[in-house]
Amino acid sequence: MQALLAEYLPILVFMAIAAGLAMAFIGASWFAGRQKPDAEKLSPYECGFDTFSDARHEFDVRFYLVAILFIIFDIEVAFLFPWAVTLGQLGMFGFWSMVAFLGVLTVGFVYEWKKGALEWE
Amino acid sequence: MAEFWDGYALPGLWIAAKIGALLIPLLLSVAYLTWFERKVMAAMQLRMGPNVVGPWGLWQPFADALKMVVKETIIPTKANPGLFLLAPMLTFMLALIAWAVMPVGDGLVISNVNVGVLYLFAISSLGVYGIVIAGWASNSRYAFLGALRSAAQMVSYEVSMGFVIICVLLCVGSLNLSDIVRAQETVWFVFPLLPMAVVFFISTLAETNRHPFDLPEAESELVAGHLVEYSAMTFGLFFLGEYANMILMSGMTTILFLGGWLPPIDIAPLNWIPGPIWFVLKISALLFVFVWVRATFPRYRYDQLMRLGWKVFLPLSLFWVVLTAGVLVAFGWAPGAEG
Repeated sequence: MQALLAEYLPILVFMAIAAGLAMAFIGASWFAGRQKPDAEKLSPYECGFDTFSDARHEFDVRFYLVAILFIIFDIEVAFLFPWAVTLGQLGMFGFWSMVAFLGVLTVGFVYEWKKGALEWE
Repeated sequence: MAEFWDGYALPGLWIAAKIGALLIPLLLSVAYLTWFERKVMAAMQLRMGPNVVGPWGLWQPFADALKMVVKETIIPTKANPGLFLLAPMLTFMLALIAWAVMPVGDGLVISNVNVGVLYLFAISSLGVYGIVIAGWASNSRYAFLGALRSAAQMVSYEVSMGFVIICVLLCVGSLNLSDIVRAQETVWFVFPLLPMAVVFFISTLAETNRHPFDLPEAESELVAGHLVEYSAMTFGLFFLGEYANMILMSGMTTILFLGGWLPPIDIAPLNWIPGPIWFVLKISALLFVFVWVRATFPRYRYDQLMRLGWKVFLPLSLFWVVLTAGVLVAFGWAPGAEG
């Protein structure tokens, strides 16, 4: 346990240093630069127009679809990691069970391809 | 007191010293990568590039940094200030902390964790957050659209990157990055897994939002995407983060496919050169290709980008995982197999 913690401690220290550095950069610029805001400067950029409405409105559902597909495949990748590392010990049985799993996934992938979920015209 | 000194303070200082020894050259390389990019692009377009500030324009990165620091930090009235400031900090932090597990030489690593690949994969996935938060917090149309595009693009290529990493892991049998490099002592993985190395490299271009996949900041249609409302050092951190990410991704490619710190062939004059130098040379070569691609290719259209990610790279890398595993099992080459 102690050894495991000792391995991860440098990562924690690294994160703290990186966060400190990021804050120092922004802080330095905040104090070094002359801050002189006015209403026009602080309005959102929209090619010279006043903003018509709030920017947070509905967007194309396909972005959402891509996110869902990503979750499915990313979980699959996470599932493959331990299998890939231990394939030598798993042998033939391990290989064919994963092929079966990937086969099921491929069927789903072909279905969504044929359904047009991957089309961006 | 002595116990405190030996038990906590000294190891802590040692860790901090190691991190400093990595961070300072890294930040300098990020600064000089911007100079390198401008010089190389200029040469490719028969221009001079920066040549006024210092000899060959060598002080240009510092002049740019100084200019960025003394600019005004603008936080738009409609933005969420907290998130708006968090986004660049997050991008910058993530680009740096991934280096905690990168082995720059044999045993030269800050934290030699057993799940190094998983850590790198996780940190590079988190990069999307910086951009999405920036797009949302800015509350500006261009920023919002740019962030959406960028998020969709990054997650699309992340999947094929994952499968490519699986291919390498199958040949290594370990998640430790040093072990991955040592497994390439006989042959670099770029040779047996050439198509996957190409897929991986192109995916890193898309992951870092570089040309020809820089749609999120396509100047001609989205102004600057998620960066549109940022100024001064908040913009600077995004900029530094993007370039640090380029170096990081080249480092990942080097470790996975180009044998990390190993010399090309293990013979006398080549193996006298220390490992970190080889590592830096390989990263520089890849970064040169990054710039070369930028100077050469036109930008992809969004539908072409998504088609390449989902309909070409994903099936190809998925097929290659099965192929690699099949070959390894059939011939009994899988690491750890008996007989």
